[in-house]
Amino acid sequence: MEKNGVGLETELRLGLPGGDVEKNEKKRVFLDFCGGEDKTAAAAESKNQVVGWPPVAAFRRRNSFNGGGAKMYVKVSMDGAPFLRKVDLSMHKGYSQLVKALEELFGCFGIVRDTNPQAPTTKTGPTPWEALKDEEENCEYVPIYEDKDGDWMLLGDVPWEARFGKCLIGQFQVKPDIIIYDPKMFTESCKRLRIMKRADTNGVGLRAKDLLKGLSKEE
Amino acid sequence: MLNYFPEEVLEHVFDFVTSHRDRNAVSLVCKSWYSVERFSREKVFIGNCYAVNPERVIARFPRVRSLTLKGKPHFADFNLVPPDWGGYVYPWIEAMAKHGINLEELRLKRMVVSDESLELLAKSFPNFKSLVLVSCEGFTTDGLAAIASNCRFLRELDLQENEVDDRKGQWLSCFPDSCTSLISLNFACLKGEVNAAALERLVARCPNLRSLRLNHAVPLDTLQKILTQAPQLNDLGTGSFVHDPDSETCGKLKNAMKKCKSIRSLSGFLDVNARCLPAVYPICTNLTSLNLSYAPGIYSNDLIKLICHCKKLERLWVCFFIKLIHYTYFFSGVPLSNQGLNWIMQILDTIGDKGLGAVASTCKELQELRVFPSDLYGVGNAGVTEEGLVAISAGCPKLNSILYFCQQMTNAALITVAKNCPNFIRFRLCTLNPTIPDAVTNLPLDEGFGAIVQSCKGLKRLSVSGLLTDQVFLYIGMYAEQLEMLSIAFAGDSDKGMLYVLNGCKKLKKLEIRDSPFGNVALLADVGKYETMRSLWMSSCEVTFGACKTLAEKMPRLNVEIINEGEEIEASPDDRHRVEKMYLYRTLVGPRRDAPDFVWTL
Repeated sequence: MEKNGVGLETELRLGLPGGDVEKNEKKRVFLDFCGGEDKTAAAAESKNQVVGWPPVAAFRRRNSFNGGGAKMYVKVSMDGAPFLRKVDLSMHKGYSQLVKALEELFGCFGIVRDTNPQAPTTKTGPTPWEALKDEEENCEYVPIYEDKDGDWMLLGDVPWEARFGKCLIGQFQVKPDIIIYDPKMFTESCKRLRIMKRADTNGVGLRAKDLLKGLSKEE
Repeated sequence: MLNYFPEEVLEHVFDFVTSHRDRNAVSLVCKSWYSVERFSREKVFIGNCYAVNPERVIARFPRVRSLTLKGKPHFADFNLVPPDWGGYVYPWIEAMAKHGINLEELRLKRMVVSDESLELLAKSFPNFKSLVLVSCEGFTTDGLAAIASNCRFLRELDLQENEVDDRKGQWLSCFPDSCTSLISLNFACLKGEVNAAALERLVARCPNLRSLRLNHAVPLDTLQKILTQAPQLNDLGTGSFVHDPDSETCGKLKNAMKKCKSIRSLSGFLDVNARCLPAVYPICTNLTSLNLSYAPGIYSNDLIKLICHCKKLERLWVCFFIKLIHYTYFFSGVPLSNQGLNWIMQILDTIGDKGLGAVASTCKELQELRVFPSDLYGVGNAGVTEEGLVAISAGCPKLNSILYFCQQMTNAALITVAKNCPNFIRFRLCTLNPTIPDAVTNLPLDEGFGAIVQSCKGLKRLSVSGLLTDQVFLYIGMYAEQLEMLSIAFAGDSDKGMLYVLNGCKKLKKLEIRDSPFGNVALLADVGKYETMRSLWMSSCEVTFGACKTLAEKMPRLNVEIINEGEEIEASPDDRHRVEKMYLYRTLVGPRRDAPDFVWTL
């Protein structure tokens, strides 16, 4: 495989990789893919991140790191609302942020609480799917989206987007943050969103049995 | 002998002495020189707005026309200084207005600027010509509207990286039709829209316009029309650079660019469709300065293509972004092998370094390089390593200023860089993991930085990072004779480290330290030293209240400020209690009266 800076795109062929792995092999001990993570400020200030480090000016942080620059506006309709809105998917790092934005757009709260199917069960509240299946909980609405095949899908089954996860180089954990284009991921496959009234779903696809099956697959 | 020259002659000679340091030196020679100098000084530079007050400055320099002020400490950029700490410009403007100063130019950095200040400024100084605000905050577009409306002879409005509230009041439309004097207009940091027609008319009626930097809300077709009106531009910041590359607009843009034979500096691309980039190729050949650090949409391949056209580049600010495509094989349920992932990671690691390789082979005139990280959410990024830096040092012998964020570094690389580039004036290295050792040997990076300070005899500014012991500070103290500013984070083992620096660096002006084990012994060893410096910042170190109080008592001409952020606002904390944030600076005017509750001046 040639290493040509300008022609890099064409050099990245599909297929099983092999050969040419001399240089950094020693340093790569383990790489774990976990796509679709929510990058909240709290996560950033975990032990791998320190206040004010790396020392990039606050203005620059706010204005130049938006993960790729390509805007992804999709229409959002809400059952019962007279007009549609638009959201830019590239502005959000995960499902939780998107749902919060939707709640704010339409002034309706409790669409789904804590929509991050990849997060481990939090001690503070029900997981999103528990909330969905429990009709006493306060979620009158169900968010769905239309994918590239024209099918209407429940939000949250696929990873938000494809990113590399953590990896170890020597003994130091680094987290390269590269977005990978993958048409199966939510942000690439979502054509439009709809906030549907729970009553209209007839509970199909949301029964406890199905949910628990789905949950155990993710664990 | 010069004492016998009449004052008019001295004044004439002093006209040729322009740098403020030289003028300061001139004023110390004797009383008559002091007197002549102070009446003739028009440009005053104040590096710390709290070192002096407006009344004293006006009293000494009654003919001041241009004032430069700096407010908050540098670490405020990284959220280490709470809001409302200080740095207000209003008292300065108020005082100058009251004393009838003929102010023409105001340049501010890290200060709080209110709309009231801007309104007062706009209405008080009829000859006002130039406003430069860098990293300031506190104002809105209403304040800008006041400047635009009232400053009849405005030549320069330069807003760099300020936090500005947008009031949607069409501030740019407030420039009257009679305003034809603009030479420089930079509003790249503003978030809101400006009226495109008003902007085009403004550009058309200002024939001396040399520098224009637009914000992201200005679309490409407006840019095209502007460039047609202003082919004389030297410095261009594009706004949005998004369009259908096959459109007529893009074609017209390229033609307009071809006519702009004077553009030497290019920035912007705040929103970009990389396929439109070839429109700027015609101006690349003559570019000396290129800032793509706010252009997240230019991925590395396109970046490299662009840079290859820029053979005369002297200044480059850049980040490396990667977007891989067509990797569905790896995510369609086929488990990823370690080998496969290694392969990807290897490529990703080298994209940034390859980009720098392209710079090294193309930009032989390069003097200043800044490489920013592409994303902050991870501890590391697949950007650049020590290899990129070595390549640059080998290919660009004129390099004298660098800011380099990287995920790893080695002593060997730094030693090579030091050998290749002995002319560094500014050397700032930042490893994304702040205590990472040499990537190959696992040793501290002491030897590498030691080589830098030993080789670069003109080094004035240094930022160190990575795993570092007291040894690196021994080297810095021994060799960095011209060093004026030093930034330290997560480094050193003991007070000895800080002592080496304070004893050795005779020209040190600013020292900023965070999260390092330096304590009272180092702080108090040579208290007189701090009067030779502008300021010292220490946060998350080992200094205690007691030591700070002792220092404040011994040195009445220092303000020793303790910044308390809410946790323990005790009436009188224990002397043995560690201080979280301390900022001390020399001053002629004692404790400042505008300090908020959480700042204690001891």
